[in-house]
Parts: sequence; C-alpha cells; structure tokens
Amino acid sequence: MLSKRIIICLDVREGKTTKGIKFKGNVDIGDPVAMAAQYYEQGVDELVFYDITASSDKRDIIIDVVEGVAKEIFIPFSVGGGLRSLDDMHRVLAAGAEKISINTAAVQDPDLIYKGAKAFGNQCIVLGMDAKKVEKTPAIPSGYEVYIHGGRTPVGMDAAQWAKRAEGLGAGEICLNSIDADGTNAGYEITLTSLISGAVSIPVIASGGAGEPRHLSDVFKKSGADAALIASMVHYQRYTVPQIKEYLSQEGVPVRRFI
Amino acid sequence: MIAIIDYGAGNLTSVARALGHLGVACRITKQHDEIFASERVIFPGVGAAGEAMEIIRREGLDGVIRETIGQGKPFLGICLGAQIILEESEEDDGTPCLGIIPGSAKRFRSADLKIPHMGWNDISIARPHPVLEGVDSRAQFYFVHSYYPSPEKQEDVIAKTDYGVPFASAIGRKNVIATQFHLEKSGRHGLRILKNFCSWNGRV
Repeated sequence: MLSKRIIICLDVREGKTTKGIKFKGNVDIGDPVAMAAQYYEQGVDELVFYDITASSDKRDIIIDVVEGVAKEIFIPFSVGGGLRSLDDMHRVLAAGAEKISINTAAVQDPDLIYKGAKAFGNQCIVLGMDAKKVEKTPAIPSGYEVYIHGGRTPVGMDAAQWAKRAEGLGAGEICLNSIDADGTNAGYEITLTSLISGAVSIPVIASGGAGEPRHLSDVFKKSGADAALIASMVHYQRYTVPQIKEYLSQEGVPVRRFI
Repeated sequence: MIAIIDYGAGNLTSVARALGHLGVACRITKQHDEIFASERVIFPGVGAAGEAMEIIRREGLDGVIRETIGQGKPFLGICLGAQIILEESEEDDGTPCLGIIPGSAKRFRSADLKIPHMGWNDISIARPHPVLEGVDSRAQFYFVHSYYPSPEKQEDVIAKTDYGVPFASAIGRKNVIATQFHLEKSGRHGLRILKNFCSWNGRV
C-alpha cells in the first residue's frame, strides 16, 4: 500500500537551518547537511529545504547545501525559496534536488509552472502555497486566500481556484501551508487541507501547525493529505521520526517501515 | 565502468551520485563507443516517453541500446527506463518504444487515485532475481509515475506493486532488468539493488 509520507522541512538562511514562528523571528538551529543526514538515518521519507536567505548575493550558498545534501542522502528532497526562472530551477536540480518548490514566483508568473513542468517533468514542480482564512467573498469563494512573500502579502486569489489552475499548468504536487496554523504546534488546519486535497487530483502535502504525532494522524485521517510536513517537533528533539511513525502505524495510518 | 545513458533529461546525476556513494565508476554519456566499451549500462529517466524516444532516435541510441543488450551486457532501466524497453507507451498519444520486452506502458486510470503515484510503496517479488537478492521483503521503494509497465508475458514480471491496480514494478528478461521505482531515491534498499546490479553477470 502507498504510505503516507513524513517530510521534514528545513528553513535555510545563509547556509544554516533556522526556525521561526509565524514566519518571524528566526533562530539558527544547525547545519542543514548534518541535520539531513541525521533525519535520513532516522528514516524520514523526504526532505524539503526552503532558502530564506534575504540578500541576493548570498543566494548561491543554497547550491552548496544542495550538493552537500545530495551526497549524503538517497531519498527525494525538494528545494524552494527564491527560484524565479528556469535557470534557477535547473541549477538546483543539477545540484541534486529531486523537485523544486515555487510559491511567490508562480503567483507572479503562473507560466513558470508550465515552463518548469515542460522542461523538467510535472513531478519536479511543487506548487508551494501559503493560505490564510478570510471572509468569503465573490473573489474568494472558499474563504481561503493565497498569500506571497513568505505569508506577508495577500494577492486576492482563492486558494482552491489557484490549486486547480496550478494543477492544470502542470504542477505535480502542492505543498499547502496554513499561515494561521504555522508555528502554533496546535495541529494542521484540516478544513483548508481537505478543501485543497479535494480540489485537485495531484498529491497534497499538509504544512503548518504540527506539534505532536496525533496532529499527523488527524490530518491523514480527516483531510486526504498524502504527506505531512513537520519541522520544530523534530528539530527541537521533542520527537524522533521512528516515534512519529510508530504512533501513526498504531493509529492505522500506512507509513513506510524503516528496516 | 558503467555507462549511464545521457538522453538530456532526468535524474542522471542522482544515479551517478548513488553509484559514487557505492564506490562504482560510471560515466554519463551518449557516445556510442563509450556505451559499447562499458561493462554494463543504466538507462535512468524521468520525463515523458515521447520526448525521450525522440532524443533516443535522434542520437542513434535506439540501435546502440538494442545491440548492447543483444551482446548480453547487463542492462538496468529505472523509472522511464522500465517503460521505454517495452514495445509502446500510451503516453503522448501513443509512443513506439524499443520493444526489448513485449508489452506496453499504460496510464493509471482510477478516478479515486492521486496521479502521479508518488511516494513509498511495497513490492512483492514475483520471480527471484539475482539483482533483488538480499532485499528485505518488507522494504518499500520510492515511486513517481503516471504510467506503469504492463508486460505481455507473466514470465517477464519480476516484482509487483499495488496502486489501485496491481502492476509490474520490476520487469526483466535475460540480461535486462528494470524497476519502475527509483533505486537512487529509495534509501539503503534501493542502494542495495543498485549494488547487486553492479556485480551481476547478466544471467538469471
């Protein structure tokens, strides 16, 4: 049976892993290559690296990180953050990433999804989407609005409509982050995840809010998510990947056996 | 030396990195003489069958692959490499493929399934094979694909996987073996199969 994937997210700023709360106040917590290798040994199913480096002259550092990670781990990993062109995507893929995640750049230039999918295959293009609950309006019928710039700027687009459009343009997967739940450790936003998972036929990764193993079990059982993103619950050693998988397995959620 | 066939797309560097990790020398190449001179050949690949076959024909690699397989050289296909060795693929409105193994690549059709089939899934061995030797029967492998190999003959099925329908996730005949799952992205079990291939003499 196809397993539900546990994906660990590492936010990388100038070559260091950081963790913030609600997109603000990041603190450095370690070397991304060493952390990736450790999580690989623990049996994580996939990794994602978001480059949150602010200054453009330090952007190339992420390529070194990707190359370092690709030598250490032999599971899929994706890279996002600051990728704006086919050339940017190509460099990250050539450095060893399996997929690339585009968010703000896709909203500003939806054709980038199409061009990326055509050049590298649909499975390479992950649409990263930050969504926030808002009042339902004719423009936002689902009541969830798309935000860009790391969750700071609303764009007036409906999250479910954007998901469908991105699928049509060739996105192979959607990584859906709830701005409201992000960093709260209070659980994923099930309603939003169900909405997007039901709107498209490509895999959806739930993101934002994971604090305990039962949050993963909830989102898998209630929302149709295919994968769940976790960060602080493992970065701060509150749980290990085997502990989370053991819990999910007992709850009847199919997870990859790490043997 | 292992030749990784370069058709200008896909996960070539990932396969090369995995072989590097195993300490095996390899070269990503589309040079016919290098492929003929190699000890064994890997055809990896992600992407669409139509475009891949177009490049393979344009570069004259179709003849090279057929000839090198005919010589008995161990040949490993990965992902798209497990599809293009069949006679045809449903992808891109029907794509004639290499025809090494009778059968075709078909598209997943269930309305309830997410497509692509993406993630870690089980395999069950249908026929013991030297390249799959020593692999734990509970091991799972990483898949990402929308089309699956459907060989005509049961004897060409090496392993099966279930995703809405049971399909052949590893196929093989004589010195040819191919996995739909990504050996280079399936952790240590994938590396084990790659390692097995690197010492396989091509006989079953």
